[in-house]
Amino acid sequence: MSGRVWTFAVGAALALSACADGGPESVETENSIRVVGSSTVYPFSTKVAQEFRNKTGWNVVVESTGSGGGHRAFCEGIGPNTPDVTSSSRPQKPSESKLCQSNGIENVVEIKIGYDGIVVANAIDSPSMDMNLSTLYLGLAKLVPNANCEMVENPYETWNEIDPSLPDTKIEVYGPSPTSGTRDAFVEISMEGGAKTLDCLANLGSDDFRVAAHTLREDGHWIDSGENDNALVQTLINTPTAIGVFGYSFLDQNTDKVKGARINGAEPTFENIATGHYPVARSLYVYVKGDKMGSVPGLHDFAMEFVSDEASAPGGYLEKIGLVPLMPSERLDMREAVAHLSASNL
Amino acid sequence: MNVSQHMSDKARKHLKSRYAKERRFRFYGLSAVLFAIASLGWLLLSLFATGLTAFQEHYVTLEAEMTVSAFAPPDQRSVETLRIADYKSIVENAIEAKFPDVRTAGEKDLLFALISESGATDHLRKRVVRNPDIIGSKIVMTVPTSDQVDQLLKGHIDRNVPEARRQISDQQILWLDDLRARGAIKKKFNSILFFNPDSRDPELAGIASAAVGSVMIVIIAFILALPIGVGAAIYLDEFAPRNRLRDWVEININNLAAVPSIIFGLLGLAVFINIFGFQRSIPLVGGMVLALRAFPTIVIATRAALRSVSPAMVDGALSLGASHVQAVFQQKVPQAMPGILTGSIVSMALVLGETAPLLMIGMVAFVTEIPTTVTDPATALPVQIFLWSESPERAWSERTAAAILILLAILMTMNALAIWLRSRLGKRR
Repeated sequence: MSGRVWTFAVGAALALSACADGGPESVETENSIRVVGSSTVYPFSTKVAQEFRNKTGWNVVVESTGSGGGHRAFCEGIGPNTPDVTSSSRPQKPSESKLCQSNGIENVVEIKIGYDGIVVANAIDSPSMDMNLSTLYLGLAKLVPNANCEMVENPYETWNEIDPSLPDTKIEVYGPSPTSGTRDAFVEISMEGGAKTLDCLANLGSDDFRVAAHTLREDGHWIDSGENDNALVQTLINTPTAIGVFGYSFLDQNTDKVKGARINGAEPTFENIATGHYPVARSLYVYVKGDKMGSVPGLHDFAMEFVSDEASAPGGYLEKIGLVPLMPSERLDMREAVAHLSASNL
Repeated sequence: MNVSQHMSDKARKHLKSRYAKERRFRFYGLSAVLFAIASLGWLLLSLFATGLTAFQEHYVTLEAEMTVSAFAPPDQRSVETLRIADYKSIVENAIEAKFPDVRTAGEKDLLFALISESGATDHLRKRVVRNPDIIGSKIVMTVPTSDQVDQLLKGHIDRNVPEARRQISDQQILWLDDLRARGAIKKKFNSILFFNPDSRDPELAGIASAAVGSVMIVIIAFILALPIGVGAAIYLDEFAPRNRLRDWVEININNLAAVPSIIFGLLGLAVFINIFGFQRSIPLVGGMVLALRAFPTIVIATRAALRSVSPAMVDGALSLGASHVQAVFQQKVPQAMPGILTGSIVSMALVLGETAPLLMIGMVAFVTEIPTTVTDPATALPVQIFLWSESPERAWSERTAAAILILLAILMTMNALAIWLRSRLGKRR
């Protein structure tokens, strides 16, 4: 009895390993579009993927790998196992572009799909915050200038020590961890932006300035809170004095629980991010591998879906889930570029 | 003399302290058990409190005029053109027909936001593709409400907070109450949650693709890991020559069981995808990687089960003239079977709950279709839970909890199966 079961099990395993051997040959044809990239763009690329599948029947697989991981996988080559599209919460770096070229990828088209704001928020019933970028820098940098313009360990304990109009609460900011693109953008835009407004830092060399502007304090006033922004919102509700740094779409979905601080006088609203009045905002990109448009027939239409009116015009489905759309002229340029790509390729 | 020695003051004191020790230990033990039960109870309670409402969803029933102008002319109708017809305007007209007073574009947008845009348009699209004859007629459609509406009607969005603090305006709430009074909005069992693939819209998201992916992964891992693991254990225990090499292999298998699971993912990426050229995100690779993960656990469980069999059984068989192989496979292995199966099923439960290795082989992904073969892109249940928990919309939290409840139910079923198998196989002898 058990002998027969045993034979069966071994037989099944052999049969399976045999068909596993046949696997790679049998999956040469590409029946799906593969997207990798930024976790910030993930909610938007999945929405486009879903609508595109409904309209065309193409199966789209979207992986959330982070911007850096996405570019690395994207630039690996043009074989059938490589991604067709990568999304990114920052422009492609020269080193990544070089990697793409060295692997034979010549035709990469960059599509800017919209903007994303980064908000500095606290619980809805806590006092409203009205900050400048310099306030954020002085509150959160490891090294700040003292009265004599010497760089010292950050001495500030409460917000009103920096700006008397702010509340007398402990500086306690929860934000994304170093692996996150949101953290990079926050440091680059708000910390560096704040540092640039201070005269004392103008005298520093570019390397010293970079270190001063890019290093967050490590004495417990800035707290890495991982990647889960829903948990962060919950923390803010439980800790009324705390402040959180996260993407605009989470503020948009939780307006009954948290509110965003004004920065340089601008509220974090849809309009202010779109017009550029709200300073802490960045562009979101999608990169499409033009080289594969021949072997993946749906790829061009998929790229067009990102710039279609239905998706990215004001009132489109991407705006409804929190993507701040491009200015109309910018969007038309993008569409032109994607449409042109097909003309030159097909 | 003996009696007096046991009754001496010193002995009594000692006895008392010994009893106290026992009482203390019982207390510690009981509190440990109570603590474990309380944590589990708290977990389940909070999951049920958040997740239970996700098993029902609000649907709105509308009459849609399938206007001919929304579609391609009859001579150009094919599946492709029918798919890209203007379903949005049909849905807009259908909801506006309920409220003829609504005139301005801004108000119309708010009204349209009450229903699931993607859900309603895709509902019509599927019906038209299936049966193009309905073009030009009037049809009744029942589609999900938008996630915001669903949350409001379930009480997860408080309608008493100031309008500026919620996503639904006062006007929208008035329309909703009106629709409800007219019987157009009904709460139904949320079959979408079980039978739909993943979606970006919480009201349309289901676990079907992830569940199918998980089943495929577990089956592949089981088929691969069980024979190899049990075979390796039997050989190591019974047939391998006792030398340094065997000890070395043994130590390494034990170490393998303690290796962080993401390492297996890296291995899978390097070997199966980069060297053998398998596609990313397919259950076949997921199953193979997790078979590696389950393998050491099965070896250890099998060896423990084999060692618990009385040596007298084997000795008896040998003394009656059985060969070594006969003694092992006809006496020892059947005796050890309940233990082997329990260990295997527990290791499969482990496989079902694994996420980290899947990250490396591209299975942390949004997949728009339910996989039909082991080489179709797929994801797994725990991955789906992780992805949902990170999404911004409020409605995801209850769906995440519901998906966790479903995963727990599957795990409990597997464990119950292990217990049942053990007692059944144990009884048969």
